[in-house]
Amino acid sequence: MLRLEARPVPSKLMGYAAPVIALAITVVFGTLLFLALGKNPAASLRVFFVTPLENARGLSEVALKMIPLLLCSLGLAICYRSNVWNIGAEGQLVVGGVAAGGMALLASPDSTRAFFVLVLLAGMLGGMAWAAITALLRDKFNANEILVSLMLTYVGGLLLIYLVNGPWKDPKGFNFPYSKTFDAAAMVPKLFAGTRLSWGVLIVVVVLAAAWIFLSKSKAGFRLQVAGQAPLAARFAGFSAREGIWASLLLCGALSGLAGALEVAGPLGQLTPQISPGYGFAAIIVAWLGRLHPGGCVFASFIMALIYIGGELSQSRLGLPAAITGVFQGMLLLALLTADTFIHYRLRKA
Amino acid sequence: MEQLASLIAATLSAGTPLLLAGIGLLINERSGILNLGAEGMMLIAAAAGFAVGFHTGSATAGLIAGAVAGVLFSLIFSGLAIGLVTNQYATGLALTLFGAGLSAFAGLAYVGKTVPFQTNFAIPGLSEIPFFGTALFKLHPMVYLALLLTGVVAWVLARTRLGLTIRAVGESPESAHAIGFPVRGIRVGTVAFGGACCGLAGAYLSLIYTPLWVEGMVAGRGWIALALTTFATWKPWRVALGAYLFGSVTMIQFALQAEGVEIASQLLSMLPYIATIVVLALVSRNPAFIRLNMPASLGKPFHP
Repeated sequence: MLRLEARPVPSKLMGYAAPVIALAITVVFGTLLFLALGKNPAASLRVFFVTPLENARGLSEVALKMIPLLLCSLGLAICYRSNVWNIGAEGQLVVGGVAAGGMALLASPDSTRAFFVLVLLAGMLGGMAWAAITALLRDKFNANEILVSLMLTYVGGLLLIYLVNGPWKDPKGFNFPYSKTFDAAAMVPKLFAGTRLSWGVLIVVVVLAAAWIFLSKSKAGFRLQVAGQAPLAARFAGFSAREGIWASLLLCGALSGLAGALEVAGPLGQLTPQISPGYGFAAIIVAWLGRLHPGGCVFASFIMALIYIGGELSQSRLGLPAAITGVFQGMLLLALLTADTFIHYRLRKA
Repeated sequence: MEQLASLIAATLSAGTPLLLAGIGLLINERSGILNLGAEGMMLIAAAAGFAVGFHTGSATAGLIAGAVAGVLFSLIFSGLAIGLVTNQYATGLALTLFGAGLSAFAGLAYVGKTVPFQTNFAIPGLSEIPFFGTALFKLHPMVYLALLLTGVVAWVLARTRLGLTIRAVGESPESAHAIGFPVRGIRVGTVAFGGACCGLAGAYLSLIYTPLWVEGMVAGRGWIALALTTFATWKPWRVALGAYLFGSVTMIQFALQAEGVEIASQLLSMLPYIATIVVLALVSRNPAFIRLNMPASLGKPFHP
């Protein structure tokens, strides 16, 4: 019999190797799944890991998917490092999208080209406001942030559906539940003609650098993480845990809201009943897979973007439903947790 | 009057899946394990239960399949969180994401199909009583089974040696281990029980309550059930109270719509979620009160 034995010090090597091992496990189980479904595993895996990267258009689509994933996962990484279990990035993204959409609908053909900045700001504020509810209830009422942030995700989703079916429905839209398409001034400018990539890419690069400096180099970021991971030490040092709850949730709300704004004022161009295929939830996996580190999150959001695009492609190329994306996402996180065990433990013969 | 009676009946039906899942999760948590995978287990059981019910034509077979699916899924959680000492929050969350993905994928063949199962069973004699007959005695057997289960769980926890052991494991796994109780075995058992209950709840939703399969149809009930255990301060009968309370919140929207009140259905659908948030905030307001009632080792990893 084998048994787990606690390592005297956590293995640094396993810390870096675990995501790779998790990917390998996911690929193995994916192969088994494709075999069980009667598909050629090599050809199927190719659809997920090679086809999206074969041409410029595919690459730009991968980058497009990475934007919301990376923004949300950076926010979540800050939360999890502060020991705040925010799992409502999806709701914060959706409400950010709603706020951005509301602002975008105010634009007219005469609006200045800089109007999109207001749209992005509205998105950030919307996401922050939504996250602030969780922070307030956690801070003042001691309410569990996992449950509150998740419940708010359902409320945010319903709010969006209500708006596009009611007050914000396009009167000329043949009764479809869509808002009118935004005026050009409200849209984030395109980066290259011919792709769907926008200035969002540049914004993400700036946010990424800022997140890295905040988490690794700034005193404010340090206070946050001490407050979360060693509350007693933080108290002696005079760092407040309340500050950590508010700061991490508001930052995550702002980043997730920005992600929502970039989606609606980018590839979507209008509000629809569903503006996110679960980016906020997938970002939880991205944050863990990326070791709660901004650099790691880039790698992890790349993998997650491939899984999304692979899912879309598998519908046309393999005749498999796009829902397979969710299966892979879940498997990846389960595999990662398994591999993570061996950071703190090793197997010994009993 | 008759309207009120059917409203009560509808509330009991709506509260039943919450009660089933809540009571299972309660046992989990009394042994110190927090399984955030409830939503995923309910989804996978709803899909599996519907598939089996659809092909066999038997609601009972579907419900049993749902319970089995719940147990199997809970074993993934046990293997990781109890066997490999992974973080319980993250593992439960992973289970929910995996369950949501897998059920959407596997259930695709059943979207748009219906099952013709009887939802109301009139109890001869009792169902003839005016008012009470409609309110209480023309329901699906699962409604009564959920209440019976609550009674059994309350009795086991408070009055039996097994219950005492479960509570001991939840309060201090180290002490329980030192005395010689198989802490991990007991926890695998309680998690499996939670899986079976969540599975029954999920299958009840897709086979009897709705009755059809749609992606994501559990719609947060697993999470509400998790909130219920806090609301109930880990006491079985209070879970029942909370479940019916939330059932009635669900019913308010239908009652208002029937009355012709002009509120968008999406806004009314927000009610159960908002109610959960409000109730959770009110109950948790006093940290000392929660600490006093919460199983002391809840959510903490244990490695013998």
